[in-house]
Amino acid sequence: MTAFSPSSDQSPTDTLAPALAEGAELLAHGTAEEGHPDHRMFGLATFLVADGMTFAGFFAAYLTFRAVNPLPAGAIYELELILPTINTVLLVVSSFTFHRAAKQLRQNQLGACRLWLLVTAGLGLAFLGGQMVEYFTLPFGLTDNLYASTFYALTGFHGLHVTLGALMILIVWWQARIPGKFTADHHFGVEAAELYWHFVDGIWLILYGILYLL
Amino acid sequence: MTIALPPQTSSSPPGLQPEGWLRYLSFSLDHKVIGLQYMVAGFFFYLVGGALAGMIRVELVSPISDFLGRETYNEVLTLHGTVMIFLWIVPVVNGAFGNYLIPFYVGARDMAFPRLNAVAFWLIPPAGFLLIASYFIGGAAQSGWTAYPPLSLTTPAAGQVVWILSVLLLGGSSIFGGINFIATVLKMRRPGLKMMQLPMYCWAMLGTSILVVLSTPVLAGTLVLLSFDIIAHTGFFNPALGGNAVVYQHLFWFYSHPAVYIMVLPAFGLVSEILPVHARKPLFGYTTMVYSILAIVFLGLIVWAHHMFTSATPPWMRLFFTIATAFIAVPTGIKFFNWLATLWGGKIALNSAMLFSCAFILHFVFGGITGVALAQVPFDIHVHDTYFVVGHFHYVVYGGTVFVIFGSIYHWYPKFTGRMLNEDLGRFHFLITFIGFNLCFAPQHWLGLNGMPRRVAEYDPQFTLVNQISSVGALLMALSTLPFLINVFWSAFSGKVAGDNPWNALTPEWLTSSPPPVENWKGEAPLVTHPYGYGVPPGQIDLKAATGRELWSSGQ
Ligand SMILES: [Cu+2]
Repeated sequence: MTAFSPSSDQSPTDTLAPALAEGAELLAHGTAEEGHPDHRMFGLATFLVADGMTFAGFFAAYLTFRAVNPLPAGAIYELELILPTINTVLLVVSSFTFHRAAKQLRQNQLGACRLWLLVTAGLGLAFLGGQMVEYFTLPFGLTDNLYASTFYALTGFHGLHVTLGALMILIVWWQARIPGKFTADHHFGVEAAELYWHFVDGIWLILYGILYLL
Repeated sequence: MTIALPPQTSSSPPGLQPEGWLRYLSFSLDHKVIGLQYMVAGFFFYLVGGALAGMIRVELVSPISDFLGRETYNEVLTLHGTVMIFLWIVPVVNGAFGNYLIPFYVGARDMAFPRLNAVAFWLIPPAGFLLIASYFIGGAAQSGWTAYPPLSLTTPAAGQVVWILSVLLLGGSSIFGGINFIATVLKMRRPGLKMMQLPMYCWAMLGTSILVVLSTPVLAGTLVLLSFDIIAHTGFFNPALGGNAVVYQHLFWFYSHPAVYIMVLPAFGLVSEILPVHARKPLFGYTTMVYSILAIVFLGLIVWAHHMFTSATPPWMRLFFTIATAFIAVPTGIKFFNWLATLWGGKIALNSAMLFSCAFILHFVFGGITGVALAQVPFDIHVHDTYFVVGHFHYVVYGGTVFVIFGSIYHWYPKFTGRMLNEDLGRFHFLITFIGFNLCFAPQHWLGLNGMPRRVAEYDPQFTLVNQISSVGALLMALSTLPFLINVFWSAFSGKVAGDNPWNALTPEWLTSSPPPVENWKGEAPLVTHPYGYGVPPGQIDLKAATGRELWSSGQ
């Protein structure tokens, strides 16, 4: 608690002596999460900024290709709109169902929370299924042309995120079986999965806009 | 190097962690152990990268490729750049000093995420050994640290893929570190400690970490696409397949220009800690320093295409990036004058830490001036891809950052080990490094202005003498490492005992034992609101009433 007086000649540690004389209190390492404020959500948010920059790089590359690299004559690059639009609806709805799940948890309705988590994971898996169908019905392959490659790289990288997100949801759904694992006030796992899921949704909306609508 | 520690004066650490020197080989969660792990691993890779540089300079003694074959030369050159940047400078100036000092400076007992911190460190050794191993198994990458396609697509694929994998691991490590620093500076400050009271290195690391988090992922994504081009034969960056090689350059430099600041901003911070202590004066212009760092972070993100003036960039782009780059000279100049003003009229101790710091200022100004020159399109087109660029770059990154790393080791070694480094050996080390560095790199500006291209094993015989002078400088630099290593090892066992605070410094890491106990302080963390309050007669300023700003602007 000591504020140090600035002086060049006298050692500032003198003023510290009372603080140093006391015994060591080990806070940061000894116990797991107690005694150390929980900044994991802040850390996750920062990580998602980084993750979002990876997508931003991909988007910038794709838009530059669109601006300066015309599709060569004879190259096939056509996208259907119906399936991805259904997929977009699925993901948007899943964001609301997850929000619902978290709300139930904050009201201590664990059973309802688990149900909504399951619905969310189901919507995510349905999205992935839809994307699989799209991949197998498209008339172009990964290396056919620049746009084909970019399409698979962007949607594939996003699909990887959806897969991870769905896994996270299923894991917290499974963990929520254990009584006391998540309480109305302490449920980092659910909170983290929710933030991540909204992030994945947001990225999809941009992707949908620039890949299918633009 | 700084492994051996005198007996622990602190209470014993909790039983979860190994004790003694073994903890430096363990998955330790202690930020000080992790900091020194970064330091020792980084210095090991510095020796590797230095040996590679030595091979380059030996080859360039004669105009023909006699010592190394052309392809081997390309591999050595690529490894030298990659090792020095990603395995030595970035990990040491961020990971080593950042991990060691930041928790002290914010008054915390550790980083915000100790486990993530250990993961970030332990990504580095495997990535480094993978990179070096690629040289012995099938040949290393040959396309330089920039890995421009189509060159990186036409050189042997195996080495290039290993290079990408290694850089991805190191990028991941860097991002984890950046997240940790941001959370620690913003969230872990001791109650009562305000942002504008933090030591300058905290601000530097905050700015650096913002750059890491915003720009490193872009490089990672780009390298993944490049690996697709190599492995799956997609054509993102391959003009032969309808792709666009210039897009790679844009994305690459979106990371790699900020990378210069990721290497140099922490050095700015470290120098801002060293100068006030050894000049016994407050850091001049604290507030302007802070805003300069933030301005550099912002401007650093929007100048990348000054590396691409010969890549058919349209005129508007050239104009924008020239002007934006010139603007960076303003905050950088503010910092430069602040350091000079800090030294002005101070009681300067010309010890090794101060000498290295002053040399940094000198070199950085020179490298900065050639940098502004390079940002001017007509000049850049003339010297692009010549040795002028090599000279400029090494003045910034070696004359700047590496000199600061050495200065910082002389300054903080007593805290790391509890013993002082030998000052005579230190000044000797400085002298040879200083002469060797300038002898090696100053002539390269002349070589570039006269048209010697970089990254080629052979050159026009008219450049022989100047290249030989440069190689003599490199030899001196190599030799200068010896007194340093002797000093570090000898002092670890027989150096003068340092005591808690040998420099009478005011920043919080000195207000505990040397080396510090496991959780940094016995008892409560001190609240240091005036980390640079040197040389002010007690009683002249009412510390309770004065804000940090008033104190610092009051000067003497
Ligand atoms: Cu640059």
